[in-house]
Amino acid sequence: MLQIRDLHVHVRTDKEDLDILKGIDLSVESGKLVVITGPNGGGKTTLAKAIMGIVPASGGTILLNGEDITHKSVTERARLGISYGFQQPPRFKGIKVADLLNVASGKELSRDECCSYLTKVGLCANDYLDREVDASLSGGEVKRIEIATILARRSGLMIYDEPEAGIDLWSFSKLTETFKTIHETNDATLMIISHQERILQLADLIVLVSDGRIQRSGPGEEIFPEIMNQTEGQCPLVS
Amino acid sequence: MDAIEKNLLLQIADLHDVPAGAYNIRENGKGVARANTPNIEIVTKTDKPGIDIFIKPGTKNESVHIPVMITQTGLTDMVYNDFYVGEDSDVLIVAGCGIHNSGCEPSRHDGIHTFHVGKNARMKYVEKHYGEGSGEGERILNPDTIIELDEGAVCELDTSQIKGVSSTKRYTKVTCGKNSELVITEKLLTHDSQEAVSEMDIFLKGEGARARIISRSVAQDRSSQIFYPRVTGECACFGHVQCDAIIMGDAKVRAIPEITADDVNAQLIHEAAIGRIAGDQIMKMMTLGLTEQQAEEMILGGFLK
Ligand SMILES: Nc1ncnc2c1ncn2[C@@H]1O[C@H](COP(=O)(O)OP(=O)(O)O)[C@@H](O)[C@H]1O
Ligand SMILES: [Mg+2]
Repeated sequence: MLQIRDLHVHVRTDKEDLDILKGIDLSVESGKLVVITGPNGGGKTTLAKAIMGIVPASGGTILLNGEDITHKSVTERARLGISYGFQQPPRFKGIKVADLLNVASGKELSRDECCSYLTKVGLCANDYLDREVDASLSGGEVKRIEIATILARRSGLMIYDEPEAGIDLWSFSKLTETFKTIHETNDATLMIISHQERILQLADLIVLVSDGRIQRSGPGEEIFPEIMNQTEGQCPLVS
Repeated sequence: MDAIEKNLLLQIADLHDVPAGAYNIRENGKGVARANTPNIEIVTKTDKPGIDIFIKPGTKNESVHIPVMITQTGLTDMVYNDFYVGEDSDVLIVAGCGIHNSGCEPSRHDGIHTFHVGKNARMKYVEKHYGEGSGEGERILNPDTIIELDEGAVCELDTSQIKGVSSTKRYTKVTCGKNSELVITEKLLTHDSQEAVSEMDIFLKGEGARARIISRSVAQDRSSQIFYPRVTGECACFGHVQCDAIIMGDAKVRAIPEITADDVNAQLIHEAAIGRIAGDQIMKMMTLGLTEQQAEEMILGGFLK
């Protein structure tokens, strides 16, 4: 169970002070699939990073299974069972796909195990295991490898940040299947930042974040049709 | 061998004991062990310190190990090693120098290695540098590597210096003949106030000669590094120089790749990049459960692998 209470993120740049998250309240029960959606710049990535600990909270609390993790480090949160797939994953010279999967899973994976994770994101394992995660990979490839590392971590709470970005239709449908399976087998709590219909359709809970606030949230079957209706006009739900 | 010597040998040559094949072990300025094979003969020079290594034409899949160890403080060792790699042979040569200095005086090894690589021969030359010891005394290594590649010769040169060498000045000169191929991979990590300079002159003299120079380095603490690889193309040839450095702490890195084309058909490229480890790289590793320090080690380890 993830409980977020009155979460604020405040950033001070050399030019200005910014309130990026302005009091987020959100509870996600274990095993649920929540989709965070909303316009660009609304604060979705910042919310995910604040849960992972990459961005410090300037106010409010985050509880994971009842434990206050608001001031814990990224490493501690990772070990407590949170993982986060970056919207824009970094690249590493000299580090192979297999190395990343091994670190992610916390043990030396067999080739078969590595392959199964890569297959879940639509990558042909034999072509990729020994490739370096450097600039030689395309954006979509790096993104899918990133998602595979999160799958390999098998955390209790998995956060994916726009997993659809840059991915071809075939891999995307493979990926939605994977999310569906994780959800159906109750393996993990899934938080997916997405704008994709097919992912929104999977949601138990849809949360619309815009201008640093939750504008709307509710059961998938209730919010999904609203979004579909309103995006046909100009601006969705948000005013 | 005692424990110190065994560890030096392991660090510089991945050897747990005396190697198979031909070898010459030099310790504190003197040859201490040697073995020849029917195809490889090692002969002590008479006019200056060092050895000549003769590899018969057609010698395949053999190796020569020539580790140098210095365990005496205040010793300066200067050595000339000349390799004659016969036509059509295929050999691995492993050199390396380990210094254990637990005294206050500088210990120093200057090696001048010259290679004549015959027609269509393949040579892989691996050189590792390593220093250790609790003393104040500096550990200095200044290697010169001079290589001549005959027509169709292939040479792979792997050098690495990962730990404990206070000061190093490296000079590498390669002359590449017709259709020869050269790949140099240089790996370097400096820490504390160590200094490293690596200069190279690569001459692509024969038609169809190809050379790739890849340098990867990490400069930590207050250490400083200078890279100065120069490639000259004198005919239809291909040359690529790539310098890539990670800078940390208060370190300094200068990379000055230079390419010179003396012929309209020479195709030469250089790239150089210096940068710190990006914050999101560390973060990514931490989200996988590593501590900040483990994350850094993993990133540097991959980079220098
Ligand atoms: N470190 C930062 N410094 C300044 N502005 C930031 C920083 N991080 C995010 N922002 C700003 O906060 C807003 C929300 O960003 P983000 O969480 O990435 O939005 P989303 O993921 O919903 O597109 C954006 O306007 C973005 O430019
Ligand atoms: Mg975002």
